Amino acid sequence: MLLRLVPRVRPWRTGAVVLPLLAILVTLVVSSGVVLADGVNPLRVFVEIFIEPFRSRFSFLEVLVSATPLLLTGTAVTIAFRSGYYNIGAEGQLLAGAICAAGIGPHLGSWPVPTGIVAMTIAGAVGGMAWALVPALLRTKFHIDEVVTTLLLNPTATLLVAGLLNGPWRNPETGFNESPRIVAAAEFMEIVDRSRLNFGFIVALVIVTLAGLVLHRSVLGIKFRAVGLSRDGARFAGLPVEGLLMRAALASGGVAGVAGACLVGGIQYRLTEGISGGLGYTGIIVSTLGGIHVAGAACAALLLAVVNVGSSSANRVFGIPAQLGDVIAGTLLMVTVALLLFRKYRFVLRSKL
Amino acid sequence: MSFFIDVLAAMFRISTPLALGATGEVVSERSGVLNLGIEGTMYAGAFFGFYAAYQTDSRWIGLAAALVVGALAASLLGLLTVTLGVNQHTAGLGLTLFLIGLSEFVNRAALGIGSGTSLKVQTFGELRPFGLGGVFAQYGLTYFTILVIIPGIWWMLRHTNFGLAITAVGENPEAADVAGINVRRTRYIALIIGGMLMSAGGAFITLATLGTFTIDIIAGRGWVCLALVIFGRWSVVRSLIGAFIFAFVYALQFRLRLLGGWEAVPFELLLALPYLATIVALVVSGRNAPYPGAYLKAFRRS
Repeated sequence: MLLRLVPRVRPWRTGAVVLPLLAILVTLVVSSGVVLADGVNPLRVFVEIFIEPFRSRFSFLEVLVSATPLLLTGTAVTIAFRSGYYNIGAEGQLLAGAICAAGIGPHLGSWPVPTGIVAMTIAGAVGGMAWALVPALLRTKFHIDEVVTTLLLNPTATLLVAGLLNGPWRNPETGFNESPRIVAAAEFMEIVDRSRLNFGFIVALVIVTLAGLVLHRSVLGIKFRAVGLSRDGARFAGLPVEGLLMRAALASGGVAGVAGACLVGGIQYRLTEGISGGLGYTGIIVSTLGGIHVAGAACAALLLAVVNVGSSSANRVFGIPAQLGDVIAGTLLMVTVALLLFRKYRFVLRSKL
Repeated sequence: MSFFIDVLAAMFRISTPLALGATGEVVSERSGVLNLGIEGTMYAGAFFGFYAAYQTDSRWIGLAAALVVGALAASLLGLLTVTLGVNQHTAGLGLTLFLIGLSEFVNRAALGIGSGTSLKVQTFGELRPFGLGGVFAQYGLTYFTILVIIPGIWWMLRHTNFGLAITAVGENPEAADVAGINVRRTRYIALIIGGMLMSAGGAFITLATLGTFTIDIIAGRGWVCLALVIFGRWSVVRSLIGAFIFAFVYALQFRLRLLGGWEAVPFELLLALPYLATIVALVVSGRNAPYPGAYLKAFRRS
């Protein structure tokens, strides 16, 4: 091998901006290969994906709709990853939140308007936290790796949703596997006329802002970061490492659960089997692309939402499969983690040893 | 009695892709690299195996294509985690998302159909050794997996220099390096063997069991394999036993549902058992879970 990775003396600061942009460029080059193979001009497809969503009111609002759960799961993952708690379970926590919200949603009939939404949001947070609790306890009390436990609880949550919908929550009249519809008081009202954009977007913005302030502008955030950078160092400095990990894990699960509540309250109005479709996993992409920073994650959530909406529209215009969005997102994640390495390392030509 | 034989026969069929995937993950993890790309690798193996078989009208070319795709996917993961040394969780999940997206993209673009696909390929048939039926009527690939591949991998890991090198770079890469083992090359090869086993597991579903490809065909089997590896404490044989247990429960619930009268038993609970059992197994072994020493750690000569 001719090239060798060598640590930089200090991190490359401008790299934090240059490298993500380079990653987007590399991703577009790679995915244009896929587009070409389908016999469509990649430039026209990329214009459709990245420009079109900003041309019409409907598409732009759809971007915000699509960004809502991504803002939340991306923030959830960021809270955990910054603290060195590798929560891969946002998917399961989102579903647990959706289950709780769909559970109370049909029974809030007499509640005045804002309280119903608050109750739904809290139910989502509680569900997500409950689902995050077991791996967090195992991590802090028994030192059991959280990656595997949180990951395995994702398919478990999917099965729990299926079990509820095929069993106790199955619609008795139609026989569809959908939970009962939530009442009007529990619905996240639309905030722009004639669109799907609903109050969930506001909830997401509030939570993202709060999480950003706590993580990046508070003492608690610095403690989280200290634990994330070096557990032993933090312990040596007298920080309650286990307690901080527990708080980060529960906050992460709670935020992911709110994403589930937003899907139930603002989009589906009930629990359905495919309600998430991997949004929790996408949260990991969002957070990584955002450099494990809340503001960065928010930008990444918007970017992926644009890609989502744009690929559906490219699908309508060019007939190119909408899964192009998933190809772009997966490629972007791999290219980004590879390129971000060069903030801390650089290539040198290897001199003969 | 015939009910029991049915369940047992189905157990071997259902366990084959799981055993292949879990064995692949054991080989990868024993070298110190967690391959979270397993779900996507099995998916790509299932799809591209089917796609190549459909295009060429040859199930053997399909199987070969699946193996190539598995090796390529593993090499990509190797580039990220071994050469560059990035976070293995992120790299693996990215690989899974990419491969599932790519498979579905090509499925729509080239075969032009969604979930209602009815394209068929000729499948690998069943063997009936010595004219025996019942439990013994199994796919040749199942026989090959259980009687050749898995014992072969077990033997390789325990009794060959290369197998011991895999364990060495997974336990203590610095010491292995000093002992003259090429750490990166060993990890690459372990990943590639693992990836080919995973994609073969996926291809088994399309080329033997179903003869066709449907969306979401792997349906979390990769994660089951991941659970089996930990449940089996990184041993090929114990993971295989785990695969048998899971497949037996799965076959049983399926047949019980067909019988009727068992509607009160939520079968999703049975399907969740491997995940829950793995978490319990981790709690029981606690700190003593025999994770490879250099698990998740990239190797850089300093």
